[in-house]
Amino acid sequence: MKKIKENIFSYYLTFVSILIVVLFLSILITLVYQSFPSIKQFGMDFYTKDVWNPVSQEFGSLSFLVGTLITSLLAILIAIPFSIMISIFLGEYFKEGIFSNILKSMVELLAGIPSIVYGIWGLFVFVPFFRGIQMYLVQNEIMNIHPFGRGIFTASIILTVMIIPYAASIGRDVISMVPNDLKEAGYSLGGTRFEVIKKIILPYCKSGIIAGILLALGRALGETMAVTMVIGNRNVLPKTIMDPSSTLASVLANEFGEATNLLHLSSLVHLGLVLFLTTAIVNIAGKAIINRGFRSG
Amino acid sequence: MFNKVIAIIFCVVLLTSSLVAQRIELLGAGATFPEPLYSRMFSEYNRLGNHVNYQGIGSGGGINQLVARTVDFAGTDAIVAADVEERSGDTILHVPIVLGAVVITYNLQLQGNSTLRFTSDLIADIFLGNIRNWNDRRIADINPGVTLPNLPITVVHRADGSGTTFIFTEYLSKTNTTWADRIGFGTAVNWPTSNHIGERGNPGVAASVNQTPGAIGYVELIYAMSNNIPYGDVRNSSGHFITPSMDAVSLAADIEMPADGRVTVTDSAHAQGYPISGFTWVLLFKEQHYNNRTQAQARAVVNLVRWMITEGQSFAPDLHYAPLSPAAQQIGQNMLNSVTYNGRPLN
Repeated sequence: MKKIKENIFSYYLTFVSILIVVLFLSILITLVYQSFPSIKQFGMDFYTKDVWNPVSQEFGSLSFLVGTLITSLLAILIAIPFSIMISIFLGEYFKEGIFSNILKSMVELLAGIPSIVYGIWGLFVFVPFFRGIQMYLVQNEIMNIHPFGRGIFTASIILTVMIIPYAASIGRDVISMVPNDLKEAGYSLGGTRFEVIKKIILPYCKSGIIAGILLALGRALGETMAVTMVIGNRNVLPKTIMDPSSTLASVLANEFGEATNLLHLSSLVHLGLVLFLTTAIVNIAGKAIINRGFRSG
Repeated sequence: MFNKVIAIIFCVVLLTSSLVAQRIELLGAGATFPEPLYSRMFSEYNRLGNHVNYQGIGSGGGINQLVARTVDFAGTDAIVAADVEERSGDTILHVPIVLGAVVITYNLQLQGNSTLRFTSDLIADIFLGNIRNWNDRRIADINPGVTLPNLPITVVHRADGSGTTFIFTEYLSKTNTTWADRIGFGTAVNWPTSNHIGERGNPGVAASVNQTPGAIGYVELIYAMSNNIPYGDVRNSSGHFITPSMDAVSLAADIEMPADGRVTVTDSAHAQGYPISGFTWVLLFKEQHYNNRTQAQARAVVNLVRWMITEGQSFAPDLHYAPLSPAAQQIGQNMLNSVTYNGRPLN
């Protein structure tokens, strides 16, 4: 009887794991199959050209790929210092207590807010505010830009707020798990608190913190609704970070519902494939970094 | 006891399944522009003992679902492209339901609340990026007596594919050769200027124009009317500047209509017609026997559409849609009479 139970459990586990693999592969195969007309028509041009013209049926993903990478990387760059500070604060300085709990649940709540709410906040609060700053810069001839208020920078700011909780809560967990022996050893050698954090805690937690940042980056790459609402949706290669742009996900959200032409539809699926691969590459690269971190640290 | 319970369950299942079998449910999907009207129409129609369900997923989505034969009818603001119809393997009937218009909306503080006037060339030049400031001579020439500010123009367009964009770009393609050569028309086009941004949906465009001093955009007339957004007069082919209104839209559609209902009414020849107007259609297959559909189901679809172009029209004016002219209604009736089931006429 026990043996049977054991077997059923292990079969179930195998079944679920295989299901995940099958699901992943089916998504990949469907994307490749459906984007085949576009792959055949454009070949490598799809990745190197920045045209997107549904009327003349010329499609290239370069400007969207660039838009996606710039918004996500910029968001991560801004988010990294904030999330590491929050992690240290909650994981080392204020591990317990009411204030710590309030701050902790606030950070976690940020992750739970629906992205449309971030989008609306961006559109009606941040965009007018940021346009004011841009107007000031233009009027005083500090910068020569068109004051849209929307664009890559605006989208990155919204993304930053959205992804900080992911990086921060993982960072907090790993920092709070640093063995006390290590920290005490550091103090016994005469280290100050700052020195202990810098020389012992952060190196020890390096791979965990990076894992959190990668998770956040993955989230930023695929974020759709909030970005679509504030990025300005322009299908041209951006020249500055103040320019309106588009991301792979935002174009999909905008055009998929109305596309009837086969090549247009297929090119949209092709964009989905590009997004799928970009996310996969970022994840694999991230894993490699973490593994290296473990070996050296 | 146990047997009794099973017997009761069995009876209930039988009863409900026979009820389900009798009930004909019609499923439609497509354009969002007529969705408020369709919701109203169908809630009235369902009160008469019918079951109609419409999902506003966009014209293109509706066409795709109809071609895949997963819906009974589709709503669209754009005529189905020839290659898509060919792919579908049958004739797709375009029954006109009501009319809509696209208005030019802007964010400018003008003295004395004066309304701006536009010509097709002016609109094309602004949306092509040839005119980039409101103090440009070409705007002043058409608007004598209006003091225009020195303010850069921000062009706002639809980022999502849309019937509104179709009507707007089709109008510009008809009336401006540069536009026709460089941009063309469709539910989504490649926007050319460096002072433009895209927004989702009529509310997105309206919000963006409202927020941005010096912005110009295009939205559906219904949307502008129900939200009190300022919009300009447009010169029609007879040289009159027309203020957008339901009446002006109806007049624009007062033209000779082809028997298949596939006509755009932009740049109408009518002297008092508003030039940026267009039909919204319901699409259905001419041959109704597909996917094991019953004759009763085919009849139900035809009856629904017939009701929409006759009694259903009375709900249009309240919701700011322009109803069909008698001639257009007749053409719709003729199309519905041509519907077949297994190659034989339905009626």
